[in-house]
This record gives sequence, structure tokens and C-alpha cells, in this order.
Amino acid sequence: MRIDETFARLRARGETAFIAYIGAGDPNLAATKALALALERCGVDLLELGIPFSDPLADGIVNQMAAQRALHAGTTTRGVLDCVRAIRETSELPIVLYSYLNPLHSFGLAKFYAEAGSAGVDGLLILDLPPDEDDGAVVSTMKRIRLIAPTTPPERIARITARAEGFVYYVSREGVTGEQTTVAASLEGQVNEIRKTTSLPIAVGFGISTPEQAAEVARCADAVVVGSAIVKRIAKHGLDPTLCEDVSAFVRPLVEAVKTAPRPC
Amino acid sequence: MLTAALPDEHGHFGPYGGMFVPETLMTALNELSAEYAKAKQDPAFQRELAGLLADFAGRPTPLYFAERLTEHLGGARIFLKREDLLHTGAHKINNALGQILLARRMGKRRIIAETGAGQHGVATATVAARFGFECVIYMGQVDMERQALNVTRMRLLGAEVVPVTAGQATLKEAINEAMRDWVTNVRSTHYILGSALGSHPYPMMVRDFHRVIGEETRRQILEREKRLPDVLVACVGGGSNAIGLFHPFLADKDVRMIGVEAGGEGIEAGKHAARFQGGKLGVLQGTRTYLLADDDGQIQLTHSISAGLDYAAIGPEHSYLRDEGRVEYEYATDAEALAAFQALARLEGIIPALESAHAIAHVMKIAPRTSGIIIANLSGRGDKDVQQAAQLCG
Repeated sequence: MRIDETFARLRARGETAFIAYIGAGDPNLAATKALALALERCGVDLLELGIPFSDPLADGIVNQMAAQRALHAGTTTRGVLDCVRAIRETSELPIVLYSYLNPLHSFGLAKFYAEAGSAGVDGLLILDLPPDEDDGAVVSTMKRIRLIAPTTPPERIARITARAEGFVYYVSREGVTGEQTTVAASLEGQVNEIRKTTSLPIAVGFGISTPEQAAEVARCADAVVVGSAIVKRIAKHGLDPTLCEDVSAFVRPLVEAVKTAPRPC
Repeated sequence: MLTAALPDEHGHFGPYGGMFVPETLMTALNELSAEYAKAKQDPAFQRELAGLLADFAGRPTPLYFAERLTEHLGGARIFLKREDLLHTGAHKINNALGQILLARRMGKRRIIAETGAGQHGVATATVAARFGFECVIYMGQVDMERQALNVTRMRLLGAEVVPVTAGQATLKEAINEAMRDWVTNVRSTHYILGSALGSHPYPMMVRDFHRVIGEETRRQILEREKRLPDVLVACVGGGSNAIGLFHPFLADKDVRMIGVEAGGEGIEAGKHAARFQGGKLGVLQGTRTYLLADDDGQIQLTHSISAGLDYAAIGPEHSYLRDEGRVEYEYATDAEALAAFQALARLEGIIPALESAHAIAHVMKIAPRTSGIIIANLSGRGDKDVQQAAQLCG
């Protein structure tokens, strides 16, 4: 519900959502909770938390190193759910978990869906579980977020959005996660292609790192996702007491850029 | 469903296999499946591949009666399928040739590959040179050190070899990096995956390109002995040489088949790559199969003396064949493989790859109490391993 309510509220105000991604457990789960609350105070509309995995093949080096730090700090899937529960004590920020399949498979998929839902997780994005392999047998209160790539052909877009819930996540470029200097030229065309098939909000991510890029993407997307650029700041500060302050100082201008961008399409 | 008719159209071998990849790759994989299906039915493609396998790679390879090894063990008669005599020194060239012809059909002129022992990297660099394509090989830093000769060979062939330092810096990390490259350059690039692993269509396609091993073996043993073998033995990392040998025999119910995994320093020690001894069902690098992971689903470190078997997951069709009880899976330790490596050199004048030495090690275990005919797949030659073996043997 939190995801739908957030997008409905923003749509009524004509605003684009800002989604922040961080790796859960980097540098540890206590810091993740503090960062989540700090990001909420920065005006972040939705938080994506990455469950660490040893072999994150859709991610670039920045997120991979974050996952390694989280694993070294002893982060487990159960620990991430406990962390969400702890965030929920004081916050109603919508939270989407971003994961590879194997850790969830190990936890037990049905059990994970049930426990994550009751911990207060609002959505789930599984990187390496395309709809083709997802029989949808497990019912959950969580929204199943689906990915669309620049290489996804139109008929496949329609098949994916038919299975999507909450919002659609458009991977704005071919490649792994990580900062890029430019926004892909094909962005607007693909977003429009997706809009033909669904009324769900469309989030755009992968490679966005500056307020200028964020503002450019905000012109045609319903939500802008920034991940690696934030994770990089977390990596730099680690357990410094200034971690939340410095990350907030980086995120605020990004949020500002998205919120003040004109909303056209 | 007939075991030999698998996978289904989405790449499933029973509960195993499939396409567990990021969305960016789905379209490329679907295109590859479609193109492969067309090529398979295209006589011109098959003719060109057969010609290259014969004249460039050196097929058919001999089925050799290992007379002194047989005498030494005093049991079953032992034959070796000599894939080690192929151009580039291992079975890997069968698949590399098939896939580069596919890449050309698809108009992709940039080739990438991962490699563990370096044999698949050398095979890929070789076919890329033969066709004039750009070639980038991803290889773990640890493997680059223990297989330095193959690194030199790949560079001589014009390939760029990119060291991978993440994680344990072996085959699994090399595959991660190759997949990242592919996600980024998918429109111009074909990824020649080197084992019967990963997302559909690779496990099926790689198997099909290696089936020639089993088809020849079947013909050769029938010609020579007028009967089928009693046992087939092959080493299993991802499992490409094993599935290539086994697949044409699946319907022959009286032929026993044994896949030999890497037992490393022993199963109890936990330093091994024997997925069917301590492994469990999971999803890694595009496929659902048996793998070595901890209780939280994190992929575990593996260990083997042979870089080519040092991998946390097994090809999905092997998981299926094990469930069906059609293929048995055993393991050989580093020490057993090294002993077999030396024995074959002394008794037969053949230095096997350390990977293939795992198959020979198992043959040495079972031959004395087996009658009839055992055929082992000598999947590669040991030139690349000589320096490492010299150090280990002191």
C-alpha cells in the first residue's frame, strides 16, 4: 500500500519520485537503519535495499564491493528483514528489496515472501528471476517490481508489464549498475513504449549520478533511481560518524533536482 | 519425456536449467536460441562445421586401447577417447567452432569468453583468429598464474586477456565479468560460454556441439569390438566433455556412466568442488542446478588442483541425469588425480590434463574389479599442467 499511496500523492502534486538504493549491511545493519532514516529526512520517496550476494552479476564493481563489505560484516537475509522491522518502528518510508534469487531460494521463497511482508517490506525486485521463470505460485502482500531493459522488444514489454506491480523499473542503459556521464538517448522512446502498455508509474535507473542527469531523467520518468553514486559515498565514509551527514549532503541536491524538474510527458 | 529429448523449449531439464538472467540479456538469449534452432536444421551450417571439425580441429579423434594401463590394473579393458589430440589440446574447440559460426550468422564480430584452465580461452582465441574477429577473454588472476602458458598462447593468438581479481579470482568470477561485458555490449558481442552451464540455450547448445565425442566413440567401439562399452567415465567441472560423451549413449541402458567431480583436498576438509557431495539446489549464473553455497545462499569457495574443475555449480543436465539415476557421480581428490597424471605418463606415454586425470583416477579405482570395457574421455592434454605438476611432485 505504501508504494501506491506514495505514487498517488506525488502524482497529485505533479512531482517525480526520488528512489535511493543502498546495499543493506554496508558498512553494517545499524548504519543501514540510520542511513534509511537520514535518506527519508532528505526527501527520498522510496528506499531500495540490496540484499548482499556473493555473485551479483547485474551489478558493477561499486555495488559488488558493497555486497562484499556487507557479507564481511555478517549480514544475512534474516538480518536484512530485522533491519526493515527496526526501520518500521519509526518510519513509513516505502521499502523495496533488491535481490538475486539464490539467497531467497536458500531462505525458502514462500517463507521469505511471508516474513518480508510482515516485516514491512513493500516491494521485491529479483534481478535474475525474469517473469518467464516466475510461475507466480507464491502469493504475497509485497509488490513484484519488474525490470525492462533497452533491449526488451515491444511484445515482451507488454508481457512483462502485465505481470508488474507497484511500478515498472526501466534499466536506462545496457550494462551493469554504476555511474555514467550521459543519459542514454533512447530513454524517452522506450519510456513511451512502456507507457503504451501500463498505467503503472515508471522508474528509471542504472547510471544516474548527478543532479543534471537526475533532472533530465525526471522529465519523462515517474521516478528516478540513484544507487551506485550513493553507495560510493557510503564506501568512502564507512563507519565514520559523519556517514549519514555526508551521504545526506550528497543526496539532497539530487532530490531537489528531481523535485523541481518540469513534468511533461 | 525421453531423457535424450530434453531440455524443453525454455531450457528446463526437469526442475533444472532455465533462464535466470537479468532482463538485459533475455532478448540476446532468445535471439541466440532462435538462431541456433535455425542453424541446427541448416545443412550448409552443419556442413561447414563438419568441415572445420575435420580439417581445422582434427576430427575424428582416435579411440585408443590403453594396453599397458589395462595390464597394470588387471581388470576391465580400458580405452581412451583422445580429445587431447585435437587442435588446441582439448575438446573445447568443438564448441568454440560451433559458436563462432553462429556468431557470424548473427553478424556479431566481437567475441568474449571466460576461461578457467585456459583451454576454452585458447580454443576461443583460436577460432576468433581463424575468423578475424575481435576477442576478449576473462580469466581469474589465480588461474592466470597457475595456467601461465595458456595466457601466453591466447595473447599470441591476438586475444586480450583480462585478469579478474574479485572474490576467489577463478572461473566463477571470470563468468561474472564475461556476463557483465555481455550485458554492456550485447548488440555487438557474442559470448562463447565454454561449458554446459549458464542460461538456456547454452547447456543444450554446448552439449550438442560436443555430442560428436560420444557419436564417434559409439561408432568406433562398435567397429572395433562389435559391442557397446560397459562403463563410460569423464571428469565433470561444468560438465561439457562428460555430457558430450554420455549423451549419445543415454538410451543404451546397459552402458554405465560415471561423472567424476573434483574432490580437492577431501570432502571432509570442505576444500573441494564436488557439488553432489555437500552441494544443494540453487541458482547461479543463469541456471538452476546443484551448487556449493552456505546456509544463507552465498556461493562458497571451491578448491581443486585443476582450474577447469574449480567451479561451484554443475551443468543442469547433470543434476537431472543424477536424479534420474542414469549417470553416477563420484569424485577424485587432488592427490588421486596427480597420481593418475603420473601413471598415465609412465604407462602410456600420454600426459593428460589435470582435469582429465580425475577421470583416469576413477578408472584406476574401478578397473581392477570391473570386467568388460571402460572408456574414459581424455578431454585434454597436460602440457599446460607440467610446471604445476613438477612443483607438486617435487
